[in-house]
Amino acid sequence: MSCTIGFIHDIPTNNIMKQLIAFVEKEFYHIFRDNRTLLVILGMPVVQILLFGFAINMEVQDIRVALYTPTPDTFSQGIAEKIRQNSYFNFQGSMQTMQLVEESMRKGELDLAIVFPPHFHRDMTHSGEGKVQLITSSADPNRGSIAATYATAIISQYQMEQAGPTAIPFQITTENRMIYNPRMKSAYMFVPGIMGLVLMIISTIMTSVSIIREKERGTMEVLLASPLKQATMIVAKTIPYLIISLLNLISILLLSYFVLDVPIRGSLLLLTLLSLLYIFLSLSFGLTISTLVHKQINAVIVSAMTVMIPVLMLSGMIFPINNMPPALQYLSLVVPARWFIDAVRKVMIQGLGISMVWQEMLILTGMILFLLTVTILKTKKRLE
Amino acid sequence: MNTLKFLLEKEFKQMFRNKLIPRLIVMYPVMVMLVFPWAISFEIRNIRIDVVDHSRSSYSRRLTDKVAASHYFILHDTPPDYQTAMRNMEMGETDMILEIPTSFDREMVKNRSSAVSIAVNSVNGTQGLLGSNYITQIMNEFSASLRGELMHTLPPTSRAAMVHMPKLDILTQYKFNPTLDYKNFMIPGFMVLLMTLICGILPALNIVSEKETGTINQINVTPVSKSSFILAKLIPFWVVGIVILAIAVTLAYLIYGLWPASGIIPVFLSGIVFIFSVSGMGIIISNYSDNMQQASFLVMFFILVIILLSGMFTPVSSMPTWAQLVAAANPFTYLTKSLRMLYLNGSTLADVRGNLLMLGLFALILNGWAILSYRKRG
Repeated sequence: MSCTIGFIHDIPTNNIMKQLIAFVEKEFYHIFRDNRTLLVILGMPVVQILLFGFAINMEVQDIRVALYTPTPDTFSQGIAEKIRQNSYFNFQGSMQTMQLVEESMRKGELDLAIVFPPHFHRDMTHSGEGKVQLITSSADPNRGSIAATYATAIISQYQMEQAGPTAIPFQITTENRMIYNPRMKSAYMFVPGIMGLVLMIISTIMTSVSIIREKERGTMEVLLASPLKQATMIVAKTIPYLIISLLNLISILLLSYFVLDVPIRGSLLLLTLLSLLYIFLSLSFGLTISTLVHKQINAVIVSAMTVMIPVLMLSGMIFPINNMPPALQYLSLVVPARWFIDAVRKVMIQGLGISMVWQEMLILTGMILFLLTVTILKTKKRLE
Repeated sequence: MNTLKFLLEKEFKQMFRNKLIPRLIVMYPVMVMLVFPWAISFEIRNIRIDVVDHSRSSYSRRLTDKVAASHYFILHDTPPDYQTAMRNMEMGETDMILEIPTSFDREMVKNRSSAVSIAVNSVNGTQGLLGSNYITQIMNEFSASLRGELMHTLPPTSRAAMVHMPKLDILTQYKFNPTLDYKNFMIPGFMVLLMTLICGILPALNIVSEKETGTINQINVTPVSKSSFILAKLIPFWVVGIVILAIAVTLAYLIYGLWPASGIIPVFLSGIVFIFSVSGMGIIISNYSDNMQQASFLVMFFILVIILLSGMFTPVSSMPTWAQLVAAANPFTYLTKSLRMLYLNGSTLADVRGNLLMLGLFALILNGWAILSYRKRG
């Protein structure tokens, strides 16, 4: 540290560029000295991409089903066979009493019970009407309703097969086309989200903590007493994190393109421009936090709680914004990641051009200007 | 014991001297419980749809009205051609396009069947899938009502076959959450998230901040034992965790009417054992970190991974085997499962005792590790 400061004193003060380079060098020394942090920062996007790509999906699988048939017959046996063959279901066999069914559900060991009334087959053949009850454990509503949908489809299809090949008249067939994501891979949804999350977390926390650390340690005082211009100092503080964020951007794009097969349909240049804008925004946010907070621990708390959680919840990364109640939809308007993720999806997945994303870019620019204004107004050269 | 008392006094004083932390402990649970449950829903509603009606006939108009009346869809526009509709989709103004062909009515009367085509924006795969399922459902309902109206146009033999076809009613009972409300499912999860964020991040930043300010060296030269030092670090966060859980449980009851069927004791018992393990994890990270930046990134990294691999947002059963193994070695998984069972399934303490045992095991291992990994060296 001391030699770096000495170095700054030796150079002519009018040469801002040289100062800047020296200062950036100092920042890089700090970063490279701490291998572990560097590893986490560069490894985080890789792990996230791999987790979202290979470990996490919303698909409902392994639905544990049991049958309850007081009077077993060919129909219920046929259903049991169909369920056993279906890859979504995990057939648990027949249960002897309804009590047993209820108990397994309470213990969380059973997702779905298909309940036939006594003398089901007799009623079905004699009166032409039968009733089947599906009981699903819907603590998880998604799982509950999807289990019911699958089971209903299996039972009705089996019944149709039994009824013989009479075509039902007046049907409307629908031809479905899945636009942009024909195989419906969840990676198309997640990759832009991960970009929004990782770039923000890293730039914001790194910048704010590294500035506040200098304040806490008192080295900031030394820097402020030096002939270094404050603007130069702040620019120099952010450059290393800008470079690290760019490295992360590259690793995310490479992994998603080559490993997850996510296309980049739009212009790569536009995508880079968009990401740069977002990285600038995250860096500015880090600067703003560093002027509002005086302790490293508080900087981490503010960045982690105000960045990580809102980005996860309110940016449309996992949960679509138009499902939210209006109040939250308005709240999401101030989450920068929302605009960034939206724009990345448009460029990367939908292949749209700048005419479709200029609004998002304008909003992000506006946010940067706002954050920088707050930072400048709040910055005091004097230390308390 | 006396040493521990004084150390605890110091820790609590330090915690309250920081203006942000006491506020965080109260405000954060309130914010999370008030706001986030509303943000999360896989129930796809309000899908914006454009209907391109080339037929402009009575049936096609009825179909359009039926789609518009469904609570899943919002009729965004009825453009004259597909290109305009597609343009709307590109602009992000509509999610789905239903195209009704010119011959829709004619086919229906003449051939007794007809076809429509739909195009869904499937960047969000779930939305794409559910949207097309809902449309199919609407088509089935519409064709069933047409069948009733047009039955008399059928030849007598097929009419008889239709009437005598056996009817099978499938009734679905949604147990534990009859309104299929996603909030009920997520709220126990948010309780776990809150405890993890606060009782995981804060301890991780605690010891390392003593390292940075240098006060840890002063402790190291005193005869304070390793275990009382670490315990004094942990106990305040256990108290904080219990306060947070109490706030969350109260809010869940007051705002959402959620209360565990078997009473509050199993919830707190599971929660406390979980707090032990997660704060132990925080201290371990703190012990191994040299500075705040390192500690904060390590803890964020671990928390993100354990949240994603816990089954809180996505089902564990759909993960590949290796990820399921990671989920099985994750305290978050067990508490999320337990709290959901207690809150929704009406499970008893006996039903969740397996999970509780696992949490206890994690607590022992992690806290033991936390004490052992603390070195009394500078």
